[in-house]
Amino acid sequence: MKLLINKITLLAVLLSINVVADEFTIGQKNKAFSKENISIKKGDTIHFLNEDPFFHNVFSLSDTQFFDLGSYPKGESKAVVFNEAGKVEVECAIHSEMFLTIEVKE
Amino acid sequence: MKIKKYYTLFFTLGAMSLSLQALEFKDITFEAGHESLKEWILPTEVPYPEGNKPTSSRVALGKMLFFDPRISGDGNMSCSSCHNALLGWSDALATTKGSKSKVLGRASPSIINTAFNPLQMWDGRKKSLEDQAIGPMESEAEMNTDFDKMMLLLNQLQDYVDAFESAYPGEGINKKTIAKAIASYERTVISNTSPFDAWIKGDEKALSSEQIEGFKLFSDPKKGNCEVCHSAPNFTDNGFHNIGLASFGIDKPDMGRYAQKPLKLMKGAFKTPTLRDINRSSPYFHDGSAGTLEDVIEHYVLGGENKTNLSPNMKKSNLNDLEKKHIAAFLNVLSSPIKPITLPILPQK
Repeated sequence: MKLLINKITLLAVLLSINVVADEFTIGQKNKAFSKENISIKKGDTIHFLNEDPFFHNVFSLSDTQFFDLGSYPKGESKAVVFNEAGKVEVECAIHSEMFLTIEVKE
Repeated sequence: MKIKKYYTLFFTLGAMSLSLQALEFKDITFEAGHESLKEWILPTEVPYPEGNKPTSSRVALGKMLFFDPRISGDGNMSCSSCHNALLGWSDALATTKGSKSKVLGRASPSIINTAFNPLQMWDGRKKSLEDQAIGPMESEAEMNTDFDKMMLLLNQLQDYVDAFESAYPGEGINKKTIAKAIASYERTVISNTSPFDAWIKGDEKALSSEQIEGFKLFSDPKKGNCEVCHSAPNFTDNGFHNIGLASFGIDKPDMGRYAQKPLKLMKGAFKTPTLRDINRSSPYFHDGSAGTLEDVIEHYVLGGENKTNLSPNMKKSNLNDLEKKHIAAFLNVLSSPIKPITLPILPQK
């Protein structure tokens, strides 16, 4: 009986690990995102951290998910939770050469 | 799609070459040729897209088209009308004039060093020089080109037919080859031999102490703070900012970049222009509202006039009169020696 309870507990823990959302950080440094592509799953969070000594304005006009984080200076970070599966293209409104593609999986 | 993919690659590579590790002000040593200033050296190779490597025949053809007024609707405007080499590749007007001399809403931007720009036009709506080159011809307000008439003309003039065949064998005379040729010529309009360039490369005598002081003030975030947008190496961050011009306060103002990217910050934001050869292309700003470089400096010292939707980079500064003079002195050493231009004889037969 005790063994069965242990097995059920282990299974519950494993299941909960599987559904726990992950968190990622994408930096903005030297007018570039720290990655060009990232693959995440629904419910995950990305923190956009400005590491440049000037403002960035991270946004996405993608159909999958629209957001505009506004402008923020070095050292500040803003988070976005991605709740829809699909491709999300992220840019900086100020610096037109900054691109990041996020693939949000089911 | 292939072209789009290609441009993405091209400009990614271009961006990499143009954005070396940016140092913070405290890490920079303002000495001629110092390692910390290397980011200001422009690439020796001017970037170009696949399929349009600049060759002498392409540049020569582009030069003819650039200076040929017959390609406009009324046969009296060429690219050179608004991008005049005698006027810093602009036109000395506050806002430029288009077809029938109609006054348009924005200043004619200089084409100096636009070869290094990832986006063209004040609002960045054109993604390449090729794309930009054909834009004014397609615009009724600008050159208002009758493309049927233009193609007829170009195909009737054997010297043009030969020039196209030499430049783009087998590609014919069409919008695409016209745009590619003009873009090739524009890629030769480069400023990279100014006293500033010489000083960055180690010539101690190229700048005076006053000019070097101006460079420090230009770069210092607590002083001029100019470099935050006019950054290395082409004196532009290729970014878009609302710099608080009075014209943004009028009824139905020019919304600038917002038309391309509908985000609040982009309302009234325009592309940061290069400052290379800047003392040859007054007046300044996208609305031509500043007559002199001193007026420009004064605008920034005030932190902009209209504070609505102001760029977060804009802030009042505490520059005194001497410091303003130093910055003006620095801006005047960003111009390369004037190179004589030979005008092309346009095909007549």
